[in-house]
Amino acid sequence: MEKDYSLEKRKWLVVALVVAVVVLFAAKLYDLQLGDNNYGDAAASNAYLNRTIYPDRGLIYDREGRLVVYNQPAYDLVIIPKDLKAFDTLDLCQTLQVPIEELRQRINTLKDGRKYSGYVQQVLMRHLAPEVIGRLQEKLFRFPGFYIAQRVLRQYNYTCGANILGDIREVNQNDIMADDYYRPGDYTGDLGVEKSYEHWLRGVKGKEIFMRDAFGRLQGRFHDGRDDVAPEAGKDLKLSIDFELQKLGEHLMEGKIGAIVAIEPKTGEVLCLVSSPGYDPALLVGRERSKNYAMLLTNHYKPLYDRAIMASYPPGSTFKPTQGLIFLQEGIITTETAYPCSRGFISGGMRVGCHGHGSPLPLKPALATSCNAYFCWGFKRMMDNGHKKYASTRDAFEVWKRHMVSMGYGYRLGIDLPGESRGFIPNSNFYDKMKKGQWNSYSIISDAIGQGEILATPLQIANLGATIANRGYYITPHVVKEIMGVGILKKNRERHDPTIDKRYYDDIAMGMRMAVTGGTCRGANLPGFEVCGKTGTAQNPHGRDHSVFMGFAPMNDPQIAICVYVENAGFGATFAVPIASLVLDQYLNRNNGGLSPARQAAANAMASRHTVPGYTPIFSAPKRPDTAADSPSTAATHSKTDSATVKSLDKQ
Amino acid sequence: MSQLRINSADDKSLPRYIDWVTLVLYFVMVVAGAVSIYAATNSHYTLEALFSFDQNSGKQLLWAGLSFVLGLALLLIDKRLYDAYAYPFYALMIVLLVVTAFIAPDIKGSRSWLSLGPVSLQPAEFAKSATALCLAKLFDTYGFKLNNWKSYAIAGGIILLPMICIVLEHETGSALVYSSLLLVLYREGMSGLVLFALASVVAYAILALKFASLTLLGIPMGIALCFIVAMVLTVAMLLFYCRSLTLGRNVAFWYGGTGLLVWLLSLAGVSVNGWVYFGLVIAVSVLYLLFGMLRDDLRRVALTTGFLVASVAFSLVVDYAFSSMAMYQQKRILVTLGVEDDPKGYGYNVRQSQIAIGSGGLTGKGFMEGTQTKLKFVPEQHTDFIFCTIGEEQGFIGSMAVLLLFAALILRCIVIAERQHSTFARVYCYCVACYLLFHLFINIGMVLGITPVIGIPLPLFSYGGSSMWGFTLLLFIMLRLDADR
Repeated sequence: MEKDYSLEKRKWLVVALVVAVVVLFAAKLYDLQLGDNNYGDAAASNAYLNRTIYPDRGLIYDREGRLVVYNQPAYDLVIIPKDLKAFDTLDLCQTLQVPIEELRQRINTLKDGRKYSGYVQQVLMRHLAPEVIGRLQEKLFRFPGFYIAQRVLRQYNYTCGANILGDIREVNQNDIMADDYYRPGDYTGDLGVEKSYEHWLRGVKGKEIFMRDAFGRLQGRFHDGRDDVAPEAGKDLKLSIDFELQKLGEHLMEGKIGAIVAIEPKTGEVLCLVSSPGYDPALLVGRERSKNYAMLLTNHYKPLYDRAIMASYPPGSTFKPTQGLIFLQEGIITTETAYPCSRGFISGGMRVGCHGHGSPLPLKPALATSCNAYFCWGFKRMMDNGHKKYASTRDAFEVWKRHMVSMGYGYRLGIDLPGESRGFIPNSNFYDKMKKGQWNSYSIISDAIGQGEILATPLQIANLGATIANRGYYITPHVVKEIMGVGILKKNRERHDPTIDKRYYDDIAMGMRMAVTGGTCRGANLPGFEVCGKTGTAQNPHGRDHSVFMGFAPMNDPQIAICVYVENAGFGATFAVPIASLVLDQYLNRNNGGLSPARQAAANAMASRHTVPGYTPIFSAPKRPDTAADSPSTAATHSKTDSATVKSLDKQ
Repeated sequence: MSQLRINSADDKSLPRYIDWVTLVLYFVMVVAGAVSIYAATNSHYTLEALFSFDQNSGKQLLWAGLSFVLGLALLLIDKRLYDAYAYPFYALMIVLLVVTAFIAPDIKGSRSWLSLGPVSLQPAEFAKSATALCLAKLFDTYGFKLNNWKSYAIAGGIILLPMICIVLEHETGSALVYSSLLLVLYREGMSGLVLFALASVVAYAILALKFASLTLLGIPMGIALCFIVAMVLTVAMLLFYCRSLTLGRNVAFWYGGTGLLVWLLSLAGVSVNGWVYFGLVIAVSVLYLLFGMLRDDLRRVALTTGFLVASVAFSLVVDYAFSSMAMYQQKRILVTLGVEDDPKGYGYNVRQSQIAIGSGGLTGKGFMEGTQTKLKFVPEQHTDFIFCTIGEEQGFIGSMAVLLLFAALILRCIVIAERQHSTFARVYCYCVACYLLFHLFINIGMVLGITPVIGIPLPLFSYGGSSMWGFTLLLFIMLRLDADR
C-alpha cells in the first residue's frame, strides 16, 4: 500500500503533544521541587516525631560552695494534638483528678489549629503531683497523643538573694522568635543570674527522632538513632556572693528601703548585693508564680526593683573622696592646702552649710569631718580656673567629668546582672541646656558634695570604695565567681584604671581612716581591723535625708569594700554606719564564727528599727514548698476522695 | 501451521535489524522501575529482600525476567502471524474481557482480575495489543480509507468495543486509554475537526466546572465563558475553516459590538441578563449563518453553525453530565481543578504525593531515604504513584531523567512508525506511541496534580505483572514488525 505523504505531516501533531506534555510536566516539577515552598517541612513533620530530652539546669553555689539553687523534677502532661485519638475521657479525668468539662475545654483549646501547631507538644497540665504521675504512667498507653514531659522546678536553700538569683519563667512568643533554642513550654531565666547566665545554665537539649507512618504508628528510630542527640546538662555557677553575709544584710535591712553592696576589692567579686525590701525567691516557682509575680510587681515598695544596681541616688558626702582625688590630680590642691569653713561655704552671696569643726582644714581632716566648705572651695577653684589651666569653666567641667567617668560614675559598670542603671554625671552641654547657657562654678557647686544633678547607684558607690581600697584601680564588679568547668569569664577579670595617679589614693584612704577613728563615722570602728569609711547624708526631694556609708577594710590589704544606702533614714551615722559595721564585722570575722553574741543582738536590734511606717514583711513564701503543697487545693480534695476509690478497687 | 514456521534465515539477521535504541530504553526503564519499587517498599537494604518473591520488588523482578523471555519469544515469531491472526486475536480478547467482567472477583470495586492459580492477570492490559493489531489490520485492508461514515463507524467500533467491556469491569481509567487511539486515526486521515471538537469539549467542561460558582451577567460564569469561547471559536472557524472573510467579519462585529454595548450598559448601571443577551446574540448569528450557507461553502458553514449550536447545547448540559458521574470521580475532578480543597479527604493522595515530590528538591533524599513513600503517606506508592518515590528520592534530576526516558521512547516509536513501508506496521507502531503518551500524561499528571486521579499505571515502572507484560507485548511486537520492514 502506498504511503500517503500528505498525511505524514500529521505526525508533527503527535510529536508536538509529546513535547507539550514533557514541557508541562517539567515546569510543574520545577515548581514543586525547586520552587519556593515548604514541602520539605511538610514531609518532615509527617514523618518525624522529635522527642526533646530536657537537660538539667545548672545549679548555683555561693562563694563558700554552699548549694543555693537546685532542681526538683516536675511533670507536665503534654499532648500532640495531631496524635490524639478517641479515648476514655472519664478514666483520664479520674486519673488526673480534674473535672471533665475543664479537661475537655483545655484539650479543645489546644486542638485549635489556628493557635497551636498540631505537630508540636502542647502543655495540657502543669506540675502534676508525683502520685498522679505514678497512676497516669501505668495507663498512658490508653491515651494516644498524651505524653508526660519532665520539667524542672527551681528550689532554694535560702530565702534571700532573690535579686541576684532571679527566677525562671515559661518562654513567650518573643523569646521563641528571638532564639531558635526555645519551643513553647520551655523555661528561660527571667531575672538575676538566671537571666544573664541563661546560656550557660540551660545546657543543650537532647533529642530523639522517631519515624512514624501515615497511621501514626512509630516505625523505630530515624537512622537507628544515629542522629539522636544526648542532652548536655547546664553549667553550674559559683557565685561570688557569701550567702551568710547576704542573709545578714537582708536581715539588717528589714523594714528599711535601700541597698547594701559589698565588693572584694582585689577581684571585683560582689560579696553581697542586698536590695530592700527583698523577697523569698521561692515565691516565683511553680503554679503560684504568676500570682506572686503580679503581687510583687504591683507592690508599693517595688521589691522586684533591685535598688543595689538600678536605683540612682545622690551619693552625698560619699562623693567627696572623688573630689579630693581630682583636685590633687589637677594640682588644684596639695595635701597641705587648707580651706576655711565658717559653718559652711560662704561666697558669692551663697552659702552651703556645714557643721562645727576646726578651720581652716587641709584635705585629710576635711574628709574626716566631711567638711562641705573644703570641697566647695576646691571645686570653685577648679571651675573658676584659678590656675589658668583650662580655657573656660566648661572646659574645666569637662575635665572634671572625664575623671568622674574614669572612676566608674555616669555609665554602667557592667555587672553581670540585667537592668543595671548608669547613674548620672552631667556634662557642660547638659548645663548649657538646663541653665540656658548661664552657669558658673556657683550654679553647680552642689556637685562638689555629691548633690545637685549627681546620681549614682549603690554599686557605683561601693565600687569607689573598692577603687580606693586598691589604691587606684577596680575590677568590673560581678556576682558570678566562676562558671564551673568553664572558668572565670574574661569580662569579669577586666581591670580599670581611673585617670588619677595611684600616689594620691593613700591620702584619701588616710582621710577615710581618720573619719572612722575620729570623724563622722566612728560607729564603723571595729576592734582588730583598720576600717576606712565615709558617711553621707544625702538630701533628696522625697523626704528625710538618705543615710549613706561607703568604706573598706582593713586599710592595708583590704578584703571588703562596702556601700550601705538607706532611704529617708537621716544621718549617715544613724543607720548606714552601724549596718555597714555589722556587715564588715560578719565578713572580716567569717572564719572566727561571725558576729559575737553581743553583735548579733545589735544586728537584731537594727533589724527591728524600721524606717518605713507600718511595714510588714510580706515577701516571704509561706513555707518551703514541696510538690504536694504545690498542687492546688481543689486537686488535693479530689485526691482524698479518689484515692479512696482506688483503694476499694484494689481490694476487688 | 506451515505459515507459522519460524524463519531461520531471519533469526540470524535479527540482531542486525532490531531497533537497539528501543530495546535499551526498554531495558533501562524496566530496571529503573524495579529499583524504584524496591525503594518504595523496603526501608533497609538487604540482598535477600531484593530477590525475595514475597516482596513486591522481588516479584517485579520476576515479572521483568519473564517479560524478557516473552519479548524474546515475540521476536522469534514470524511477522506474518501478527498480520494473519489480528482479527481472531482481537475477537478472543473481547470475549475474554466480557467473560472477565462477569466471572472476576470484586477487588476494591474492580472486576478486571482473572485468577489463574497463583497469579492474577488483567486481560485489559493485553487487549491493548489486540486492539492495536486489529486497527492496523483494518487500515491495511485494500482500499480502506477514513472518508465515509461507514469507515469511521468500523474504526470507531474497534476502539469502542474494548472500552465498553472494560467499563463493565469497572476500570474506567483503563478504558479511557483507548481514546488515545483517536490520534492514530487522525494520523491515518481522520478529519482534524474531530480532534478540534474533542478539545473544545474538554475546554468547555473545564471552564464550566471551574467557574461554576461565580456569576457573570446574572448567569453562572462557567457557562458564560463557554458561550464566549464558542463565539470566538465560531469566528475563527468562519475565517480559517470556511475561509469566508465576509461571514467571519460580520459575525465578529456582531458579537464584539453587542458585547461592547453590554459592557457600556453595565458601566452605566444597566444590567443585562446573560440568558437574554447570549440567547439573542447567538440565535441571531445562527440565523445569519443559515442565510450565509447559501452564499458560501454550504458544508463548511453548516458544520460551523452546527459546532456553535452543539457548543451551546454542551455548555448547558455539562453540569448535568458531571452530576451523573460517581461522587469520587466528581470530587477528584473538582480537586484537580482547584475548585475544592480537601487535603484530608479526596485531595489527600494528591496533596501527599506533591509533598513527596516537592520535598525531593534538586537531587532528592537519596535511594531508600524517602519518608513520604516509605511511611505510607503516599498511597499506592509502588503502583500508580511510583513516580512519587522517584521524585522524592531522586529529586528533580531523577524525575526529569524518567520524563525524558519516556519522551525518548515515545518519539522513537513515532520514528519507527514513520519508517515503516506497510500501513499495518505503521498504524500498529502509532498505537503503541499513543498508548504510552496517554499513560504518561494521565499517570504523571495525576501524581503532579495536573490531571484528576485516574488509576492507570506508569508503563514499565509501576508494580504489576499484567501491565509489565502488556507493554512488553506492545513494544516487542513493534520491534518484530520493525525488524522486518
